[in-house]
Amino acid sequence: MSAGSGWIEEALREHDHGERPENPGGRAALPVTDREQQVLDRIDRARRRHPRVREERITMSHGAGGKATHTLIEAIFLDAFRNPLLEPLEDAAELRVPVSSGVTSEARLALTTDSYVVSPLFFPGGDIGDLAVNGTVNDLSVAGATPLYLTAGFILEEGFPVADLARVAASMRDAAAAAGVTIVTGDTKVVQRGKADGCYVNTAGVGVLSRPVSLGVAHARPGDAIIVSGPIGDHGITIMLARGELDIEADVTSDTAPLNGLIADLLDAVPGVRAMRDATRGGVATILNEIARAADVGVLVREDDIPVRPEVRGACELLGIDPMYVACEGRLVAVVSGDSADAAVRALRGHPLGADAAVIGEVVADQPGIVRLKTAFGGTRIVDLLVGDPLPRIC
Amino acid sequence: MCLGIPGEVVELHAEQPDLAKVNVSGVKRLINIGLLADDPPKPGEWVLIHVGFALSKIDEAEAAAAMEFLEGIGQAYEDEIAALRGSLIE
Amino acid sequence: MRFVDEFRDADKAHALAAKIAALCEPGRSYKFMEVCGGHTHTIYKHGLEDYLPEAITLVHGPGCPVCVIPMGRVDDAMHLASRPDVIMTSFGDMMRVPGSQGSFFDAKAAGTDIRMVYSPLDSLKIARQNPDKHVVFMAIGFETTAPSTAMTMLRAAAEGLSNFSVFCNHVTIIPAIKAILDSPDLRLDGFIGPGHVSTVIGCRPYEFIARDYGKPVVVAGFEPLDILQSIYMLMLQLSSGRSEIENQYSRVVPWNGNVVALKAIGETMELRPYFEWRGLGFISHSALRVREKYASMDAERLFSVPGVRVADPKACQCGEVLKGVLKPWECKVFGTACTPETPIGTCMVSPEGACAAYYNYGRMNRNRVPEAARAGQS
Repeated sequence: MSAGSGWIEEALREHDHGERPENPGGRAALPVTDREQQVLDRIDRARRRHPRVREERITMSHGAGGKATHTLIEAIFLDAFRNPLLEPLEDAAELRVPVSSGVTSEARLALTTDSYVVSPLFFPGGDIGDLAVNGTVNDLSVAGATPLYLTAGFILEEGFPVADLARVAASMRDAAAAAGVTIVTGDTKVVQRGKADGCYVNTAGVGVLSRPVSLGVAHARPGDAIIVSGPIGDHGITIMLARGELDIEADVTSDTAPLNGLIADLLDAVPGVRAMRDATRGGVATILNEIARAADVGVLVREDDIPVRPEVRGACELLGIDPMYVACEGRLVAVVSGDSADAAVRALRGHPLGADAAVIGEVVADQPGIVRLKTAFGGTRIVDLLVGDPLPRIC
Repeated sequence: MCLGIPGEVVELHAEQPDLAKVNVSGVKRLINIGLLADDPPKPGEWVLIHVGFALSKIDEAEAAAAMEFLEGIGQAYEDEIAALRGSLIE
Repeated sequence: MRFVDEFRDADKAHALAAKIAALCEPGRSYKFMEVCGGHTHTIYKHGLEDYLPEAITLVHGPGCPVCVIPMGRVDDAMHLASRPDVIMTSFGDMMRVPGSQGSFFDAKAAGTDIRMVYSPLDSLKIARQNPDKHVVFMAIGFETTAPSTAMTMLRAAAEGLSNFSVFCNHVTIIPAIKAILDSPDLRLDGFIGPGHVSTVIGCRPYEFIARDYGKPVVVAGFEPLDILQSIYMLMLQLSSGRSEIENQYSRVVPWNGNVVALKAIGETMELRPYFEWRGLGFISHSALRVREKYASMDAERLFSVPGVRVADPKACQCGEVLKGVLKPWECKVFGTACTPETPIGTCMVSPEGACAAYYNYGRMNRNRVPEAARAGQS
């Protein structure tokens, strides 16, 4: 079962300590709101504790990009590989590589890796090949790097049609050309029928950091604006519907796209960019939480300002899913200084991929670590990380 | 209790009378309208959808009445605020 | 979205907040229970409490059909799922609910064939596609969902489908409300009545609440303006000394309910003599089981389930949260040992659970709108 008993006993002791009537200022004496605040503080401390994976087996949640994924990465991978280059846990790692050409100097490079396991392989708006190239290009671009070279590793299932593989390769060729990158090396493996879901793709990408910018979500500070480059949730809903199990028809297509051009326009126009992320699995909500956690700031966004296509909204309402957690594959979330927000939106809107860019909220000082949403209704709620994928609900 | 979403009936299924296609904000799905057998919905009417079934028809007159009431409250409130502001002028 | 957006309008909410605040008598406090977990979800999701004065407290009720399923029944479901000849199908809501050996999600990770469905009709499709396996549908929900299960069973019978059955965990709302009313722990001033259950059972079944217990009930829709308006209607009743059943959700809820739906339930299911509810104990005539006539679709008759009564973990206070005695954050393990990632009880993992709603949406400092802050000052 999940929590070990020691964990529970400790929580109970903490609770009781506040509860004893003879404890001066103990909980029974306080009015309701102060007691609730004490509980919120206790929960905040619990959430900041060292992450531990409590499950014995990997579940689908671990791949969803939410809490379970973050816990897995921190408790297993960061724990094992810990080093200063890995710790920022940004989309790409920033490397300094000594280069000697007469005068010793350094090249600043960005390095990233990704794996693509989407099912179905072909869907409205693209295929696994498009995702592989665009996703890697985007991870490099959001680090402020100019993407240059990609690798492409394939794990193929016995029985996978060669024609489909050719189709994927053609998509990757076209996507690479559109993004201005070159696929320079790769690998191929074949596994037995029943594994690899047809085809899995793994990539690595390298780009050069030539701008004098240092980007990272930990740089966010109160007063910064948070911008999204277009409507959210298109890709995730497209995939969900393309799987065919839900019998839902809708005119949605994946938003997979290379963002390096868009990002170059933004960085050229606006010096005050603090951080960028591409919203993939886990959606925009996950990125907002990463900002709040990494910079220990509060985040406040407004539901009215978040662009969502009507069909994506309709599918989400029907299934009981929140579009903020649904994956995108061609959307940028940028944190910029408050006074450069207008210029940033203008720069994004000047590019075809950023036509619907909008400021969706701010970084604030109060309630650090917490993301809040001002709902269209006018009330406020928090937006936490989900444990795993958003599951359709009937209740 | 559970998740029920309003959807517009677009067309009835040609062969199966207890199925209909509904539109929810551009998203279409086939649902079962068997629970409304006493008064089946026609294209253009709205129904409440729950787990792939239509549970009830949405009564547009009642919905309009509900909105009128809410609008009335809204207007009365705005009038009050305006009156309040008006009375503050010295 | 029509019939949705107009009921989320912020301006009208401010207006209602002012009206509600104006009805608050100085020095008096009010407690209303929203029975339905769907209402709890809406309240937190839209930050509705920001529009309420401090004098009004909303108490979360037991209307969460997943939350009230005792651990023993979850274990029974896992037992059925683990049979190699069975494909278990379930709504997403059940996937993370912990039994004593883990949840459906954990079992799926270990290789059990458990599939998520959006509609019970999807289970029939799976049964047709897998004639060599037996498909069990985990039926949960109040009277809202029971008709869908019933219609699915009737369809399976009409098709002569022989590899489909239902593990029936449908529960009924009235006995739960009655248990709350009879509970000495609570002093409630009124009820925000279940919306979608009422589309099936109508509004008459609540009449005993006003007549015998003197408490007003307003049957409410699920958009935030619906709930706010219902609270306003409750306050109006209290201020004029009335206690009646009113239907705020009249655009969807027919006073007499849905006869076709009730007939379908009646044809395929019957009331169990008693059923155990998490937190509320054994309640008589509070749950449904498959009728003898449809025995070939009753998973409990086709397969033997352990049927063991499993006590909740000692630390679990779901029962008190479900009865409205404790607010989620008052539970000793809320947010520390019991979180959505590491749930101890159902209230934290059901999408309608009060603890899940508070943890995922409400865990913050509240700022009341000015209209609500002015309550009781006139």
